[in-house]
This record gives sequence, structure tokens and C-alpha cells, in this order.
Amino acid sequence: MTAHSTSPAFKENAHNALADAQLQKALGNVRLNFIGRRAAAADRLPEFEALRDQARDIRDHVLRYLDVYLEIYERNVVAAGGHVHWARTADEACSIIVDIAKARGAKTVAKGKSMVSEEIGLNAALERAGVKAIETDLGEYIIQLRGEAPSHIIAPAVHLNQEDVEAEFRKAHTHLPKDRDLEAPEALLAEARAELRAKFLSADVGVTGANFLVAETGTSIIVTNEGNGDLSQILPKVHVVVASIEKIAPTLEDASALMRVLARSATGQDMSVYTTLSTGPRRLDDVDGPQEYHVVLVDNGRSNMLGTDFEDMLRCIRCGACMNHCPVYHAVGGHAYGWVYPGPMGAVLTPSLIGVEKSGHLPNASTFCGRCESVCPVHIPLPKLMRHWREREFERHLSPAPARAGLSLWAFFAKRPALYRFATSVAMRALAWLGRDKGRFASLPLAKGWTKTRDMPAPQGATFQAQWKTQRKRSR
Amino acid sequence: MSARDEILATVRRSLGAATDDAARRAAVESRIGAGAPGLRPLRGQGDADARARTFVDEAQRVSVTIERVASLDLVPEAAARFLRARNLAAHIRMGEDARLAAMPWSATQLEMTRGPSAGDDLNAISFAEAGVAETGTLVFVSGAHNPTTLNFLPDNHIAVLRTADIEADYEAVWIRLRARFGKGVLPRTVNFVTGPSRSADIEQKLLLGAHGPRSLHIIMVDD
Repeated sequence: MTAHSTSPAFKENAHNALADAQLQKALGNVRLNFIGRRAAAADRLPEFEALRDQARDIRDHVLRYLDVYLEIYERNVVAAGGHVHWARTADEACSIIVDIAKARGAKTVAKGKSMVSEEIGLNAALERAGVKAIETDLGEYIIQLRGEAPSHIIAPAVHLNQEDVEAEFRKAHTHLPKDRDLEAPEALLAEARAELRAKFLSADVGVTGANFLVAETGTSIIVTNEGNGDLSQILPKVHVVVASIEKIAPTLEDASALMRVLARSATGQDMSVYTTLSTGPRRLDDVDGPQEYHVVLVDNGRSNMLGTDFEDMLRCIRCGACMNHCPVYHAVGGHAYGWVYPGPMGAVLTPSLIGVEKSGHLPNASTFCGRCESVCPVHIPLPKLMRHWREREFERHLSPAPARAGLSLWAFFAKRPALYRFATSVAMRALAWLGRDKGRFASLPLAKGWTKTRDMPAPQGATFQAQWKTQRKRSR
Repeated sequence: MSARDEILATVRRSLGAATDDAARRAAVESRIGAGAPGLRPLRGQGDADARARTFVDEAQRVSVTIERVASLDLVPEAAARFLRARNLAAHIRMGEDARLAAMPWSATQLEMTRGPSAGDDLNAISFAEAGVAETGTLVFVSGAHNPTTLNFLPDNHIAVLRTADIEADYEAVWIRLRARFGKGVLPRTVNFVTGPSRSADIEQKLLLGAHGPRSLHIIMVDD
């Protein structure tokens, strides 16, 4: 079952997030680190802007020929001894993976970090079948212990502080001495490493996502810094790759072209520590690696996005730059968005995948400042796509009644320019007269929310349109 | 209709494409066949000396340590030196690589064991397939000669890299792999490794040694 959504409660979620001091402290790290690191990496590579254009073109090309590429990719996976499974929905994807695990008598599944596995709700599905899924990315491991969802697509525990992690480890690792020193973050990392090493070694099945699927060779590529995606696939007997259908890169050259913009946009690294190409199961001369290799290709709504206004969103390579640069994300964090994908990319993708009627305010969770688009490595016009969703919300009468009434009122005047000019000049003069003493309003009727945290200055001089008219006359 | 056929049919319907469009298929086949490189950044380019210099600079930026030696038979001494300097146990695990096997290990105090790692080895040594100057990246291919587990499970990973195997960029590595394994064919695992394992998942503080090696040491052989 597709992961549960609390997106309709975005306003309430955001309100709570703003009041959460611990969360606000943790979010400070996003602003502080990601923006500067990306800028430094981009500055160090003179070709970076041209590489972004190239990345966009590669992704567009793939989408235009997606059916053909998928067939070729499948053929090459099979030629290398792998198996390809196709899943129309989240449920289908989960049951394919559950069946693979159960048929091998698996008790535990080691998981490398994968957003599509979050999307399809894989852990819960495995749990229902009596198979324990163990998240092995440090951030994912921490939030799994806490029973939380990731709050960021590449830094899942970015909403937490060190003390939260220490508290969680003390609660979970009860077999370790109570008086152990976990003061330093290094000690936390060492403890997680030791705990997870044992779990890697005993897992029967490993599940990873894929950053790219290379059609030319039938290869899946996974990029990590920790090595979680690697231990998850070289130690268990079975490697299952779960990936959405749009992840295709035509050739190895295309994959490396996309890699050049991925890590730089994400963490500001030139290259992530581990970029791993996996092709089929272990060969005759291999002494390690999985004996079986499966790929589960997940559609879950993507094939219907092709050929629509939202096709551009399928270029996304999941770097997280849009949320790292988003003032709304900085203010409320990822959980407020209520579903798997937060930030601007989530505000566009979530309505596409679970329906705009279930996505509440997400397309409105934007100031339209445009920073997301300006840093997107594949030039996705995120503000434009959010605007498309707003239009659809309006057309389908999903936006709240006061907003609709306000817009209708404004539209009535906007369609009648003479009346608009007259009404605004009257209103402006009235406001100027009312505020003539203090020059500002501490509160205004119908705008209490706005004036709660700031004063509204009283108007001075003529209206904008009147000033414009005078200036134009003068310049002629 | 099977899930496969239904997904492909929906993709085609959305794209307005026919099921058997020979022109579209030909466009894709020719793009894959050409394997044309895109934009290749200047940073990694240059002659062998320039590539080696860039490789060393870039690798050091990502916390790799490097020692350069003149010939393959000096590798065991260099490996022993690395372990001694860090006060690490004198055990190293390695695969069946003939070049590693031919080195004079017995002239050192090192205790060498062979085969893949089961997760309890402190140190391992592997022979890298290639290096990439652009980002100081090492390339390893799986097989009995250099098992993939050695790249990930031991705490300290020593990589032997011939300076002559340092390529400018990833594109040059693809050409190399195609020449060795055939067009469209890859070994089970190809690892691009850029520095020791790390995590920034706790308050975005960069810490080395998450699941993979805590340290990565390269012995560059100049002969």
C-alpha cells in the first residue's frame, strides 16, 4: 500500500513545526551546510552549468523513448542472468518483493537507502509477512528506531539533533553497557556500525534502490557515502533492486554525465564515496556477491505523467537541492509535507502520485521565489508545475472557500479596469486617512493573521497605477 | 494483460507512440551503439604526469592518503610502513590477483591471508583496475582476483594503483572496460570509490568510517 499521507494537514503540520524548538535547531543545519557546499562544488567546476543543460537533455531524451529503453534494459538484465519484475502499483511491487523473500525463507532483509521503497511502503508490507526489514543507512536506521518517516530525501534524519540519536540508541541497544560514553558523534557512528555489521552478515535478502538503470548493459547504479548500498548487496544471497521506471540512463556515458551533477547538487561533493555498478548475479569466477539478482520496476502512476504538464517532473534525479534551498522547507522541515517526498519536488510529485485531492496545500507551500528551479540539476520548472497544480485545485473546487471567495472578488474588479482604479484609489485614501496619526496599523480587520507579527504601513501618495501613469507621461 | 505489457502500453499511449515504431527503435539503438561521450570536464585531462598530479590532489581532498613507490616489488614494504605508522595489526587480506601474489611479502613481517572477507578482517589490499584523475576516484572490478568484500568490510583498505592506469575521466574508464569485457558487458560489480566511507547523518557533521573502511590508503606504482 502506498505510504500513508498526512498532506491534507499541511497547515497544521507546519504550524506545529514552527513551534518545535528542537526541530528549528536541527533545520538550521540545512540552511547552514547544504547551500554553501553546493555553491562551492559548482564554482569549482567551470563546466557545471553546461553539464546541467546536458543532464536535462539526457533525461528528456530518455522520457521520449522510455518504452523502447525499458525493453532494451530488460533484455540486457536477463542476458546477464538477472530477473526483471514489473509492478503497476505500490501493492504489486511490495508483493513481488515479499514473495521473493518468503520463497527463500528470509527472516531479515537488509535495506540500502531507497526512496521508492518508502513510496511503496515496503517495510510495512514485509513486516505483515513476518519478515523484518532493517534500514542500514545511518539516518534511515535512526528514524526506523524512532518509528518515523524520512524528513529529507538524502538526509532522512536531518530533523534530529545529536542528543535525539543518543537517546534512541540507549533505548534500542539495551545489550550494551548503560554507562558507555556516547557524548561524541563518532561514538554514535561506531555503535551503529557495529550493530549494523552483524545485521548485514545475517540478512538473507538485500534490497537497494537505484540512482540509474543503464539500458546498454542492464546495470543498476547505486550511489552512497556510507557503503550501505554495497553491504546490502554483496553479503546476502539475493539482491533485489527496486526502482521506478524513469530511472533509465541510455549508456554508461550518460550515467556518468548525470553523476557529475548529482553529488554536486546534493551534498556538494564532486563524487559520492561509493558509486556501484551491479550487473546480474555473481559470475563463475566471483567469490562473493549475490547468487540471485532481481529488479522490480515500479510504475505507480508515472506512465500517466508522460505527455502531460507534469512530464518534466520525471527528469528528477532525487538530489534534494530544491528542498535544501527552499525557504518553506527551511521553516517547516520535511515531515510537515505529510508524504514521502518533501520540499518543492514533493509539492509537485505528491499530487501526481497520490492525487491532488489528497495532497492538500502542498502546491501552495511555496513563496514562488524560484530558488528551487535555479539550482535544479535538470532544470525542472518547479514553480511553474506548482502553479499548474494550483490551477487544477481551483478548477476542481479543492481550494478553501475563503480563498476562492477572495479570488472571485479580486477577479470581479480585475476584469473591470476603470472600476478597479476607482476602488483602489478610494480604499487607499481611506486607509491613508485612517492611519494619518501613526502612519501604520497594528491590526486590520480580515488581516489579523498578517498583522499579528508585523505592522501594516499606512499608504502614502498616489496608487501604483496613478504613479505609473505620471512617470510614463514625464518620460515621454 | 500482464503488468509489463500494461505499463509499456500506458507509456506508449501517453507518449503518442505506436507499438512497433521502427524509427524510434532505430534512434535508440543508434544512440546506444554510438556510446558518444558528452561534455568531458577539462580538470582531469592532460598527459600522464598531469593526470597523476590531478589524481593525487583530488584524492587527498577526500581524505585519502597516498604513497608513491617506483616499482611493484616495493609495495609490501610500503604497506607495512602504512600499518606501522598507524599502529595497526600486521595482518592483510588479499584476493588471488597474480600481481599481488608475485610481490615479496615474505620479506616483511606481514601476515597475509587470501580470499574474500567474512567481515572480521582489519586490513585488506586490492589491485585497482584504474584511477580517475577528475575526482581522485579508484575503480575496482569484482572477481576472485580482487573480491568486492575486500573493498568494504575491512577497517583499512590499501589500494595498489599503477600510475599508468590513471585515466582522465569516467568516459575513459568505460572505454577500458569495454575493451576488457566486451561491448555491453560488465563484471558483476564495478566499484567507483572516492575516499573512505563517511556519513553526515548526525547534524551533518562529516564522520569517516560509516559502514565501509575508516581509512583508504593508495600505493601508487610509477614504473
